[in-house]
Amino acid sequence: MRTWKLPGFWIPLALVFAWGLIILIMGQDTARETAFTLMMFVAMASSLNILLGYTGYVSFGHIVFFGLGGYFGFFLLSQHDWNLFLAAIAGGALSAVLAGLLGMAVLRLRGAYFALATIGINEAARAFVSNFEPFGGATGLFVNFAAYERYGGAGKALWLTFILLWVATLAVVLVSFLVKHSRFGLGLMAIREDEDAAMVMGVKAPRAKTITFTISAFFPGVIGTLYFFKNGNVEPGDAFQLHMSIESLVMVMLGGQGLVLGPMVGAVTYQGLRGYLLTSPIFKDLHLAVAGVFLLLIILFVPAGAVGWVRGRFPRVRRFLE
Amino acid sequence: MLGQLLSSLTDGLLLGFVYGLAAVGLSLIWGVMTVINLAHGPVIALGMFGTYLLFLKGGCNPYLALLAVAGMGLVFGFLIYGVAVHRVLNAPHLSTLLATFAVNMILIGVGTAVFTTSPHNIDFSLGSLEVGPITVPATRLVAALGAILFTAALYLFLYFTRPGKAIRAVANNRKAAELMGIPSAWILALSFGLGTMLAAVAGGLISTFFPFTILSGGPYELKSFVICVLGGLGNPLGALIGGLLLGGLEGLIPTFMPVSWVPVVEFGLFILVLLFKPSGLLGAK
Amino acid sequence: MKSKGVCLVAGLAILGLILGLSPLGAAEKKVVIGFTASQTGKLNVEGMRQVNGLNLWVDQVNAKGGAKLPDGTVVKFEAKFYDDESKKERVQELYTRLINQDKADFLISPYSSGLADAAAVISQQNNRILITAGAASDSTYKKGFSLVFQTYTPASRYLTGAIDLLAKMDPQAKKVAIINEKDKFSTDVVNALKAYATDKGYQVVLFEGYEPGATDFAPFINKIPAGVDAVMGGGHFADTSTFAKQLFEKGMKAKMVALLVAPPEDKFAELGEAANGVIGPSQWEPQAKYSPEAAKAEGKEWYGPTVKEFTETYRAKAKEEPTYHSAGGYVAGLLLQKAIEQSGATDTAKVKEVLDALDIYTFYGRVKFDATPKNHGLQLGHDMIYIQWQKDAQGKLFKQVVWPEASKTGEVAPYRTK
Repeated sequence: MRTWKLPGFWIPLALVFAWGLIILIMGQDTARETAFTLMMFVAMASSLNILLGYTGYVSFGHIVFFGLGGYFGFFLLSQHDWNLFLAAIAGGALSAVLAGLLGMAVLRLRGAYFALATIGINEAARAFVSNFEPFGGATGLFVNFAAYERYGGAGKALWLTFILLWVATLAVVLVSFLVKHSRFGLGLMAIREDEDAAMVMGVKAPRAKTITFTISAFFPGVIGTLYFFKNGNVEPGDAFQLHMSIESLVMVMLGGQGLVLGPMVGAVTYQGLRGYLLTSPIFKDLHLAVAGVFLLLIILFVPAGAVGWVRGRFPRVRRFLE
Repeated sequence: MLGQLLSSLTDGLLLGFVYGLAAVGLSLIWGVMTVINLAHGPVIALGMFGTYLLFLKGGCNPYLALLAVAGMGLVFGFLIYGVAVHRVLNAPHLSTLLATFAVNMILIGVGTAVFTTSPHNIDFSLGSLEVGPITVPATRLVAALGAILFTAALYLFLYFTRPGKAIRAVANNRKAAELMGIPSAWILALSFGLGTMLAAVAGGLISTFFPFTILSGGPYELKSFVICVLGGLGNPLGALIGGLLLGGLEGLIPTFMPVSWVPVVEFGLFILVLLFKPSGLLGAK
Repeated sequence: MKSKGVCLVAGLAILGLILGLSPLGAAEKKVVIGFTASQTGKLNVEGMRQVNGLNLWVDQVNAKGGAKLPDGTVVKFEAKFYDDESKKERVQELYTRLINQDKADFLISPYSSGLADAAAVISQQNNRILITAGAASDSTYKKGFSLVFQTYTPASRYLTGAIDLLAKMDPQAKKVAIINEKDKFSTDVVNALKAYATDKGYQVVLFEGYEPGATDFAPFINKIPAGVDAVMGGGHFADTSTFAKQLFEKGMKAKMVALLVAPPEDKFAELGEAANGVIGPSQWEPQAKYSPEAAKAEGKEWYGPTVKEFTETYRAKAKEEPTYHSAGGYVAGLLLQKAIEQSGATDTAKVKEVLDALDIYTFYGRVKFDATPKNHGLQLGHDMIYIQWQKDAQGKLFKQVVWPEASKTGEVAPYRTK
């Protein structure tokens, strides 16, 4: 495969790379905070897209992996003094393993049943963690402020967290692309179009779906650890917010599911819109409603999403917009 | 111990009827058009606020207000169906899930702007009933009765009226029903309207004894999912029994373990049932 | 967008430079106080009281011409705030914004331990002093922060007095049931309460927590064994008043019901019969007996208005009775003013030094912070008082201070024993 020669491969990577670099050069705290939130959503949406976009399975439980992985990473970090980098990887690994186990069971369900099950998993996980004493129960865990010292003070620790998030985002985009352009990815898309037919054609659907689920769950675990470290604490209510799962879904749809660039565009657009609405005096109170109207319009009239629409309209640019 | 079990079970079962009523609405919609209505929660919350406003501003009895809320729920359901659902009915599940979720966002957004997210309360009491070790606020008793009444009315409607029979026909086989001359678009809209009506009524009943915010529908929506799966998705009467089952569980579990474990058991059970008997505990197949 | 922001910042910086260099600017300084307010969401009742108190302080100090430093500089205060919707993720976003965009010099916390905790991390990361109001949880002050200062009596001392009161009310009482909201503050309260009660020979017959935002308390009330002497716990206003209401509806019988946060609020009386007999710990009440004379007798400095002055000006401005949340908001600002005046500076390090050593009396009572690294910022000086809703001769509900002995206005009555 000569994937690396495709312009569609380089464009998303180059965009994320340049974005992080600009923030680093600017060196401003406010800019970093804004970029952190935005980049987090880009990575969350992109990792969700690996499951949703390629296999067509709607998961409302993406946040479970963010929450559980993040909790685990934060637990190692705050209670066992692990280094941030290793803790983040461990958080991701736990998410991946859990997804593998869960996937073997839950991915037997199709369509709406699977979607419902993921909602159940999210609620069960939240209720469980808020009763689980090693994770601090309902009051959660916190990191002593002195922990930032080992990274050279709070300011430096926050920059380090940002850099790690940047690397993680680059990794998501890369993996997302590689999956799409592999034989394995073609199998996934066959599942999306018609699962029974795909199985007849020799796609090992259950295994392929579980592997995809595992891959897409790894990144939220890493990001969760980074996010909670930045916040300095973690509580069950913050870790498992159903609406964050759903916001990621909206972003994927907005940009275009099944495309590498789609979730990125979707995340940036959605956050930009939300930020604008939140500060505009007219829409301040109505931001959620306006976002809802946009989502509805897209579902009803542009189901392929923004990038998908452009690809459909201008076939020539297709090779640039993967 | 026995006294505790009895009163706990009574409370759970009474609430179970109301949970059941909300779930019947969700189940009806799924049964007729295989759509999971993610706008269910906000509609429940709107039912609460409808009752609240009629009680506070209109000064009418909350139970009378309920009838008006039911009417509005029906019309509102028509509206949601026409605007958001009809166009994507034949698209993949993702579309209907997200379309109804968009409606959810719109309702919550507008609701937050109008009512804020501060708790509201209907200051209405019918006193408490005391039987042996059991003390029950009368409002909860009436709510359970109301839930039974509405479910019974739905049953009569579905089995003994022409539109009701048409709904069952469309649920059974939409193509065949269309060939028989049933206007399926209208029937689908009507089912959606009935589903949201029941959700709004359930919300109204809940508002007579619990305080609420515009976000309060969420937990009941989640419970409705669990109930529907227990009772068999698409089986409205199974949903009422599922509601009782869930209410009973909520009454039973606290006797044996901390109350905070209730949702862990509930949602754990939900996933297990989905995995091993997706047709529901009461499902025939 | 971004370039516009840069221009704006640059412009402001230049403007600041010009103002700073001009001879006029030397005499007057503007200090921005940043905070978020829970104008909406589940904490809006308490949150707005606190903001009303804080705003009253800003108005008063500016009306008097600002705070005067030893070198003759006059410091005027400007309040800058946003609505946090009682949500934690909003709090962090907004405090970062307050510090970096609005250039807040000092910060006041939002109401509630959970939100204040989120704000504390940001303020410490950015080297800003944060005075917490309405953040009683002990855990915030055990995280190694050095710039966070607590005005409230810590959670661990919230309900321990109720045990002492119970002992006085009925020496025979033995059984206590504890039901609390599962959030930081309430959990800290009941953990300390449980330890204290067990220590005093009481039997804790039920110890359970409910999710924040809970509305159905029947499962918990059903679990309270018959013959219990006292029910204690609760959380914040909304859930605790529902809890009190349902306790009453379910025909609870106990000698004492002592709940957190909600009872001292006047709005609690709207529960009617269900409020009667409920006891609540309060940080401060208008009946409080603190005075400059008493402070002097103890050899401590008195600062700011008297209890009467505060109560009257607050009532006139906010058109409501002040509660401890209002007092907490006011005193948070007052302490900053005191520390700025005494240090003669507006930079973080110098003001922190003064706050570390502060030990004074105000209308709100004594204030002294723990300066050890382990519990830095924890409130040591301030004490709780306990109020009870009782009925007067006309059957109207009113608040009676029932504990401690030194400040009580009347005798405690049993909740409902029938």
